[in-house]
Amino acid sequence: MALKTKNSTRIGVTILGWGIALWLFFPIFWMFLTSFKSEVQAISTPPKLFFMPTLSSYAEVFERASYWHFTFNTVIVSVGATASAIALAVPAAYSMAFMPSKRTRGTLLWMLSTRMLPPVGVLVPIYLLARNTHLLDTCTGLAIVDMLTNLPIIVWMLYTFFREVPAPILEAGRMDGATRWQEMTMVLLPLALPGIASTALLSLILCWNEAFWSLNLTSSHAAPLTAFIASFSSPEGLFFGKLSAASTLAVAPILVFGWISQKQLVRGLTFGAVK
Amino acid sequence: MQVVLDHSPPAGANVRSGKRTGFLLLSPSVLILLVWSIVPLVMTLWYSVQNYNLVDPTLHGFAGIDNYWYLLTDPDFLHSLLNTLVLVAGVLIISVGGGTLLAVLYDQEFFGRGIARILVISPFFIMPTVSALLWKNLMLHPIYGVYSAMMRAVGLTPIDWLARFPLLTVMMIVAWEWLPFAVLILLTAVQSLDGEQHEAARMDGAGPVARFRYIILPHLGRAISVVVMIETIYLLTIFAEISVTTAGGPGVASTNLAYLIYSRALLQFDVGGASAGGVIAIIIANIVAIFLVRAVARNLEA
Repeated sequence: MALKTKNSTRIGVTILGWGIALWLFFPIFWMFLTSFKSEVQAISTPPKLFFMPTLSSYAEVFERASYWHFTFNTVIVSVGATASAIALAVPAAYSMAFMPSKRTRGTLLWMLSTRMLPPVGVLVPIYLLARNTHLLDTCTGLAIVDMLTNLPIIVWMLYTFFREVPAPILEAGRMDGATRWQEMTMVLLPLALPGIASTALLSLILCWNEAFWSLNLTSSHAAPLTAFIASFSSPEGLFFGKLSAASTLAVAPILVFGWISQKQLVRGLTFGAVK
Repeated sequence: MQVVLDHSPPAGANVRSGKRTGFLLLSPSVLILLVWSIVPLVMTLWYSVQNYNLVDPTLHGFAGIDNYWYLLTDPDFLHSLLNTLVLVAGVLIISVGGGTLLAVLYDQEFFGRGIARILVISPFFIMPTVSALLWKNLMLHPIYGVYSAMMRAVGLTPIDWLARFPLLTVMMIVAWEWLPFAVLILLTAVQSLDGEQHEAARMDGAGPVARFRYIILPHLGRAISVVVMIETIYLLTIFAEISVTTAGGPGVASTNLAYLIYSRALLQFDVGGASAGGVIAIIIANIVAIFLVRAVARNLEA
């Protein structure tokens, strides 16, 4: 009897689990499907689930020189912001993890608090500063802002990863005559590489998807993919095939990154509060 | 970086030099964040008490609290403040409530659980402009949208969601993005629950509801509070979803504080008024931030 109840519960859980998962994922699946339809098929009523797939929407998106331009901007901004933030954060996290002082805790919490500043609160000054320094609508300007908004998260995440490296290993290196610099680059970095990689991945995801500053600080020259997709909100968005193809291309890499690194993301997104 | 290259004395020989190195390694990040957190803030405060319009050079000088007074008595502002609160509260209820239940569900073992989990958390990784247009056009378009087709299939008249219920629809789109975030965090927290405790409670005859209420919920307490606070910080600044779906309209029906500040600053060029709105947004976010920082601080000691 008990076994039977357990079995039926298990079937119920399976159905419920899959039902909700498919329902939540459906819009993404439909976008993927629509990207392989012709424009006529894409707006057919009722919508078609089975059809002759075509790559025409992708071909049209690729044909526009601007598509590569937007992708290039997104890659440059995301990679640039991530690389510079990690270069700044590694020494800081190393210092706080292995040379803690009585101010370390306060510094960490203060860094966290800078992340709490709502972007919209400083939209006006940042916009005017960017305009006055000719950084408006440049990849450099957007990358700097992305780097600054993500730096606290990156320092935090690296700090929690570095804390897991046993200090005796570093001390052993120092006993053998390694300088601080050698200790950091030749002992710590290889040991903490998986942690650094997942930190970089989180930063890439956040930069890639960042929309507030992208939409407000760029117009044409440095516009990234988020802004490119936003341009489909005009009546052009009714070309469902092209919208879907462009969107699929824009989200695919990040979706895969996200799937790979979900565990580590939790730590970064919650500042180590949930592991 | 050069500075640490000088061959510092062996370990333990000089504690003071260790301190200095630590400080030097830390200072670039601290300095840059110090500038980033203070300069724009001071500028916003300064602009908020100035008469400053980018297209009206005749307007200048000290405005005192005029910008604030003008904003606080503006029905559009009050409406947008209310919309902001409704959006934040609505998305929080859906994502945290749903997220808790789904975390428990996806903690159960069932066939293909790993894949189902991946599908559930996926919407979180979709960039905001894509999710907004995906819903606006492919899903909810009154003629071509899938949901409209479904409604027609069961004999209902499709609804133009974004025109009839703009705020509610934006809320649903944003909730679709943030529910997976809550599931991701809360599932991690549920998994860290001690299995033995769970088993013991079941042995003592506690049903699933009792176990949820007295074991799982208390265990999730801190994770839920962290999710609430992090989401609040992001939700206070929802922008892209509104910008590409309704542009704040019709009227100000779906304008939140972030969109209002944007339109004051970059569409009406009213730097003073937009800055006053910015200061108010900062104050609201800070109230939330105090609680978040406290929660994380407690964890740092543990």
